[in-house]
Amino acid sequence: MKTVTLEIDGKKIEAKGGMTLLEAARELGIEIPTLCYQEQLAPYGACRLCSVEIIKGERSRVVAACVYPVEEGLIVKTDSPRVVSIRRMLIEFMLAVAPRTKVIEDLAARYGVEGTRFEAEANLCILCGLCVRYCAEVKKANAIGFVGRGISRQVAFLPEIASKTCMSCRECFSLCPTAKIPRETDGVCFLDLTVDDFLSRQSK
Amino acid sequence: MAGRLTSIVDLERLRDEILAKRQGRRFISVSNGSDGRTRGSWEVIRAFVDEIEKQGLEKEVEVKSTGCHGFCQMEPIVLILPEGICYVQVKPEHVSEIISKTLIQNEIIEQFLYRDPVTGQGITHESEIPFYKGQARLVLGNNRFIDPWHIDDYIALGGYSALAKALDKMTPEQVLDEVKRANVRGRGGSGFPAGIKWETTRNAPEKIKYVIVNADEGDPGAYMDRGLLEGNPHGVLEGLIIGAYAIGVHEGFVYVRQEYPLATENVIHAIEQAEEYGLLGENILGSGFDFTVTVHRGAGAFVSGESSALMTAIEGKVGEPRPKYIHTSVKGIWERPSNLNNVETWANVPLAIGRSADWYNSIGTEGSKGTKIFSLVGKVKNTGLVEVPMGTSLRDIIYDVGGGIPNGRRFKAVQTGGPSGGCIPEQFLDTPVDFDQLTELGSMMGSGGMIVMDEDTCMVDVARYFLNFLSEESCGKCIPCREGLRQMLNILNRIIEANGKEGDIELLEELSEVVIDASLCALGGTAPNPVLTTIKYFRNEYEAHIKEKRCPAKVCKPLISYYIQPDKCQACLICLRNCPAGAIHGGKGLIHWIDQEKCTKCGVCLEVCPPRFDAVAKLSGEPVPPPLPETKVIRKRVAQ
Repeated sequence: MKTVTLEIDGKKIEAKGGMTLLEAARELGIEIPTLCYQEQLAPYGACRLCSVEIIKGERSRVVAACVYPVEEGLIVKTDSPRVVSIRRMLIEFMLAVAPRTKVIEDLAARYGVEGTRFEAEANLCILCGLCVRYCAEVKKANAIGFVGRGISRQVAFLPEIASKTCMSCRECFSLCPTAKIPRETDGVCFLDLTVDDFLSRQSK
Repeated sequence: MAGRLTSIVDLERLRDEILAKRQGRRFISVSNGSDGRTRGSWEVIRAFVDEIEKQGLEKEVEVKSTGCHGFCQMEPIVLILPEGICYVQVKPEHVSEIISKTLIQNEIIEQFLYRDPVTGQGITHESEIPFYKGQARLVLGNNRFIDPWHIDDYIALGGYSALAKALDKMTPEQVLDEVKRANVRGRGGSGFPAGIKWETTRNAPEKIKYVIVNADEGDPGAYMDRGLLEGNPHGVLEGLIIGAYAIGVHEGFVYVRQEYPLATENVIHAIEQAEEYGLLGENILGSGFDFTVTVHRGAGAFVSGESSALMTAIEGKVGEPRPKYIHTSVKGIWERPSNLNNVETWANVPLAIGRSADWYNSIGTEGSKGTKIFSLVGKVKNTGLVEVPMGTSLRDIIYDVGGGIPNGRRFKAVQTGGPSGGCIPEQFLDTPVDFDQLTELGSMMGSGGMIVMDEDTCMVDVARYFLNFLSEESCGKCIPCREGLRQMLNILNRIIEANGKEGDIELLEELSEVVIDASLCALGGTAPNPVLTTIKYFRNEYEAHIKEKRCPAKVCKPLISYYIQPDKCQACLICLRNCPAGAIHGGKGLIHWIDQEKCTKCGVCLEVCPPRFDAVAKLSGEPVPPPLPETKVIRKRVAQ
C-alpha cells in the first residue's frame, strides 16, 4: 500500500496506507489512552477512549483511533477539548461500573476526574471484550462470550466448553483490566465444576 | 403459468394476453395484509369465493386477496373494481348482500359505506374518502390491484416494464445516471442519495458484490415496509434487479425481520415466480444479465436494521454494528462491496426508470423528490399507511388525511423518524415534510413513522419510553451508547419518580452530546434525539417535573394523586366497589374518600365515576386535601 501524509497534533507523519490513526500516533510518540485495544487482537472500537477529532475540509468529527484508517491530508487532534470531555465522561461511566479499579483510577487521575456523578452499579465488567476476543481469536477456544444486549449485555463463560478448557489456560485472568475474572473465579478448579455450578456462580 | 420469458417481446405478449383475458371482468379486492387478517379479512374472502361459486359468477367476477390498502382502521376493506366502490369494515355476513345488490343489480349499499365524520354522509368511491383524497399513492396504491401471490397481477399493471426498458434500451451507466438525476434518496434513515451509493459500490474494485433489501423495519408503530413487501413484493424485486443491473451485481439478499412472517412468505413466493418467468436467474429476459436473490430472516434485534449490523447478521454472526469508516458500499458482506437500500427505496426505482427522472423530479421539493409513505398512528382519527408527495405539510397529513385529533383533544406534538427521531411541536405544523426540513427541526424522516400525540401525553414520559426502548435494543458493544443510555434512562426515571434534581436537564444535555459524538453506530448517534427535542420544545414540562414535582399532562404516576371532590361525590359506591386496592372509604350516603397510602393510582375510580357526577379528579403538584370529618359527610342524594 502507498504511504499517505497526515497531521497528528500538529506533527506531520508519513504513514503506510491501511494503518490506523492509533498506530500512526504511537509512531509519533503520541499517547492515546485505550482500554479495549490489544496489539494481538483485531481492533474492536468499543471503549471509545481512543476517540480523537478529525478535520476534513470544513468538517470535524469524532472517530475511534483504533479502527480509523489513516487518510491523505487528514488533520487529527488527539487531545482537543471535545475529545477530552468525551474521555472524562467515559471515565465517569466506568467509575460507576468498576469503582476502586487501578486502571480506571489511573485514567481518572490523568484526566482530573474526581468522582462520578452516576450511581455506582458496580459489577466490575466494563465489557471491553478482551477476554472474549482473546479466547476466540488467539486460543480459538470460544469458552467465554457475550450474553444479552443493550444495558443487559454481559460476559459469561460457556459452561460446556469452559469446564473442559479453562483450568489449563487461565490466560484471560491477566488480560482483564478490572480483574473481575480472577476475582470472581479465584481458586476454583474449573475441572471440578459441573455445568450447574458454573451457571450458579455466574448468576451471582 | 406462462413459462419462462426469454425476451422483452415475450413479456409484452404475456401482458397483452393477461389484459385481454381480463376484459369486461369485475374484481372484488379485499385488503388482506397482516392488519386486515387480524380483523377477519380471510373470512370475508372465503365468503366471497363461496358466494360467487353459488351464484355461478366465476366468469364475470374475481376475488382478489390483496395487501394492505392503507386505511387500517377501516379493515377489512372491500373495493369493487373497476368502479372503485368501497365498503369498509365488511363482515362475512354482509357478503351475499354485496354480491346480489352491488354486483348484480349495481346498487350501492349505504350501510357499508365509509361515513364522512363531519357530514355523516356515506361516501361511495374510494377516491372521495378524505383519508385517500390528500394522498398520492404512486408506490403503495398498486397494492389494491395485486394479489401478491400472482405475478400476473403485477405484470398487468405494467410491472417489470421498467426492468425491460433498462435491460433493452439503457446501459448500466445510463440507469445509474437516471437514478442519480431523479435524486432518489434513501427512505430508510438519513436520506442518502441512492444513486451515489450505487456508484460507490459499482466503482469498488472487488469483482463479487451484493445488493440488499433492508426489510428489518423495527421502529415502534412503523409498518410501511411491511405493507409494501406483503402487498407488492414484485415492485420491490423489480427495483432490486434494476439496481443490480446498474451496479453490476449478480447476487442479492432480502433481509426480513423475524416478526414479519407474511412478508417473508410473500417475498419468497414472489422470488420463485420471478424465477419461473425468467425475471430472475440466468439470462434475464434474454438480456445476458444474471441475478439471483436469497431471503435472509432476522432473529429479532432492532439494531440489525443498521447496515453494518445487518451485513454481519447475513454473514451468520450476531447482528452487531461494526465501525464503518470504510463504507459498507465498499466493504460490506464478507468484506465485499454491498449496496443496501430499504424496501421503499427499491420500490421507487421502477418509477424513476419506467417513467423518467424528469417525471420523478416533478414531484416533491427541491431536495427531496417523489413521495414518502408514513405510518400515521397515535392520537389521530384516521390511522394507517399514508403516501404523500414530499413537501406536504405536517398539518395536511395530520388534519386532512388523518382527520385531526379525536375526542376533542388538542394536538401537542408529532414524533417522526422512530426512536432516533424527535418530537415536533404545534408551531411547526406547517413545515413541509422532507428530509432536510425535519432534520433542521432536530428530528428526522427516518423510515416514516409518525406518531401523533395529544395534550394528555407527557413529553418526559415519551422521551423515557424511547430511551428505554433503545437501551434495550442497543447491541451494548460500545460504552458511550450502552452506559450513556443507561445513565440517561436513570435520570429520566428519577425525574418521573419525583426525584429529579436541579441540573438534571443540563446533565441530560451533556450526556446526549457524548453519546452522539462517541458512539460506534447510528443507533447511539441518534438515540438522544427524543430527549433533546423534548427538552428543546417542552423544557417547561421537564422543569415542572423537577422543580414543582408536577406532571402537567398528569401521566407520571408517582407525581399524580386521585382525589374525590366532596362537593361532587354522590356517594354512589361505584368507585368504592371497583377499587382493586380497597383504598376508597365511605359508604352508602357517606361521601367517599381515597386513602392515598393505599392508592395504587390505577385510575379505575376516575374511569367508573359516572360522567354526570364527574367527582374524581387527578391532581399533580398540589397537596391532596384531607378527607372531611365523618360527621359532616352525610348528604342526601340529589334528585335526578
